[in-house]
Amino acid sequence: MDLFSANNITKRFANHTALDNVSIAVPEQSIFGLLGPNGAGKTTLIRIINQITGPDEGSLFFEGKPLTPSHLEQIGYLPEERGLYKKMKVGEQALYLSQLKGLTKGEAIKSLKYWFEKFEIQGWWNRKVEELSKGMQQKVQFIVTIIHKPKLLIFDEPFSGFDPINVNLLKEEILNLSKNGATIIFSTHNMSSVEELCDHIALINKSHKILDGRVKDIKKTYKSNLFEIEFSGFEGDLRTLLNPSFEVKEIIPDGETSKATIQINNSYTPNDLLQNLIPTVGIHAFNEIIPTMNDIFISTVNSYVSGSAEQQTNQAG
Amino acid sequence: MNKISLIIRREYLIRVRKRSFVIMTILGPILMAALMILPAYFAQKSDEDRTIGVVDESGIFFKKIPDTDNLKFTYITEEINTAKNNMNKEGLYAILYIPKPAYSVPTKAILYSDKQPGINIKSHIKSAMEKEVEQLKLQASGINEDVLNSIKSDITLASIKMGEKGNEEKSFVEVSMILGMFSGILIYFFIFLFGAQVMRGVIEEKTSRIVEVIISSVKPFQLMMGKIIGVALVGLTQFLLWVLLTIAIVGIFKVSNPGTFSGSKPQQMMTDNRVNPSTANTYQQQANNVNENQGILEAIGSIDFGVMIGSFLFYFLFGYLLYAAFFAAIGSAVDNDADTQQFMLPITIPLIFSIVWHNMSSIIPTAPYLFGYPSFL
Repeated sequence: MDLFSANNITKRFANHTALDNVSIAVPEQSIFGLLGPNGAGKTTLIRIINQITGPDEGSLFFEGKPLTPSHLEQIGYLPEERGLYKKMKVGEQALYLSQLKGLTKGEAIKSLKYWFEKFEIQGWWNRKVEELSKGMQQKVQFIVTIIHKPKLLIFDEPFSGFDPINVNLLKEEILNLSKNGATIIFSTHNMSSVEELCDHIALINKSHKILDGRVKDIKKTYKSNLFEIEFSGFEGDLRTLLNPSFEVKEIIPDGETSKATIQINNSYTPNDLLQNLIPTVGIHAFNEIIPTMNDIFISTVNSYVSGSAEQQTNQAG
Repeated sequence: MNKISLIIRREYLIRVRKRSFVIMTILGPILMAALMILPAYFAQKSDEDRTIGVVDESGIFFKKIPDTDNLKFTYITEEINTAKNNMNKEGLYAILYIPKPAYSVPTKAILYSDKQPGINIKSHIKSAMEKEVEQLKLQASGINEDVLNSIKSDITLASIKMGEKGNEEKSFVEVSMILGMFSGILIYFFIFLFGAQVMRGVIEEKTSRIVEVIISSVKPFQLMMGKIIGVALVGLTQFLLWVLLTIAIVGIFKVSNPGTFSGSKPQQMMTDNRVNPSTANTYQQQANNVNENQGILEAIGSIDFGVMIGSFLFYFLFGYLLYAAFFAAIGSAVDNDADTQQFMLPITIPLIFSIVWHNMSSIIPTAPYLFGYPSFL
């Protein structure tokens, strides 16, 4: 079941359209990556989900019901541009923001204590926010985002400004939250973290959604039957050996062994390839080359750009 | 509702705890009390007893210039030059020299002194001498002073407002005007000082980017309302503290310096100045004073305090809410304090306009489009 869905959302600003007929569906307990180049419309979509701004067209549903302001208490939002009241004390501020999310004072103090200890910032309770380092402020902000145990968490570039140690800490917490039942929407440019965390994605480019689905499925559709073998003990030409069933793309000698990238043509399987190789070649490693999210992102966005450029020239012609 | 009260609480506490609030709260009453105490204090200090020697060659003014609280006149029979030389020796503040007149009455006199004599001393002497000379001239023309006094007329114009039910009451334009002025200016200052604070609060939330977090938790209206009410409470707290502290400071000063503020004194001085020992004028003056006092009491009684306080609260509250919302709108339209100037103008103009119209409404109190409108703005 989808925890949240947005159907045919269109949002126009004075002289450009930020979102054009975009639909997304976020399954319950998933970690949903909202990807796209700068200026694609990700933040606009996130703001619409948070009801900071409204869509011009389209409808939004939370647990199957139309989204209303009463749902805000079940959503936690960490904006890309972080901000806290600089002159306010950390603890007081965390308490205030937790209470705004509907926690009672007692509940808020209890869970804030837990999180402050977990993030090792309990000593900062009575310090003013302006005295904190950027990383510390981010930690405080992360805590107040998740403090009310929302069903839906929205993180906009959550790792920016953190050192690698804290990035790991945060990743762990995000996975923990997901394990404990939270659904997470996760907007980022950082493709390696998408690969590590997300199980679903939607790719937005130039205000259109150009790709979405489960990460595994997407990777499957983007793989092109390429395999890499690491081999030794063969002096002849691998190309003539494997022709015409398999196409050798590249051979890179690497000391005692060599690496070859091989494309398996239609109707053949990886097993056929191995059967061809085993009699003559010593095999050290064999694995399928699966495109990374980074590759998929770049190729999809680029093909979309050239595609839309062609479209425009066709229209002009 | 609960969220609004949370926001009000934060907006209130964060401002009240600020160092600038504490400093202003202490400094305000000190300045205000100084404004009340210092003039009275200095007036008292400068009013040390002074004696002026009178060398009267005409012989007309002997014992005729009345003493006041701190001004005594002694009559010297010495020749003017000797008197001038002896002035400091005898501890005199000044010498009043009235030369022998060429004709029947003197027309000029000279006041010799080391320091510049105060204008009140000069006018006191001048009026006393003029009165004396006038009386002499009256006598010379054969007019009795009592006859003259009976001719002098004083008309009191009382305006009476007829109520709808036929009841009549006196109306006192002056008193209403002063009260109206005072409350109008109070509203004006409050709107300006604390409306601007609302604006700065909005700008602060925008520049620190926290606004995105807040309005993903509460409705924008709740945030605005909480901010406006919170700031208003800060303002009321400050005003209340100012009033109480000012009263306290003035009170302490009064206790430690009795006399400076003794209530009867100004009135006494007023009557003293007009003393004319030879006539019954004094009694009449006193009677007039009593009348005036009664008039003031009557005027205060004539004010419909229900309407007065009610409309003050109404305009105060809704005027502030309206303008605070405008200021909040400016805050949301700009990114920093410096950019607010150009947007301030459209709001400042009607506010200033209202102060100008304030005057008009007391001149033409019935003009329907004026009534109420200025205070509202």
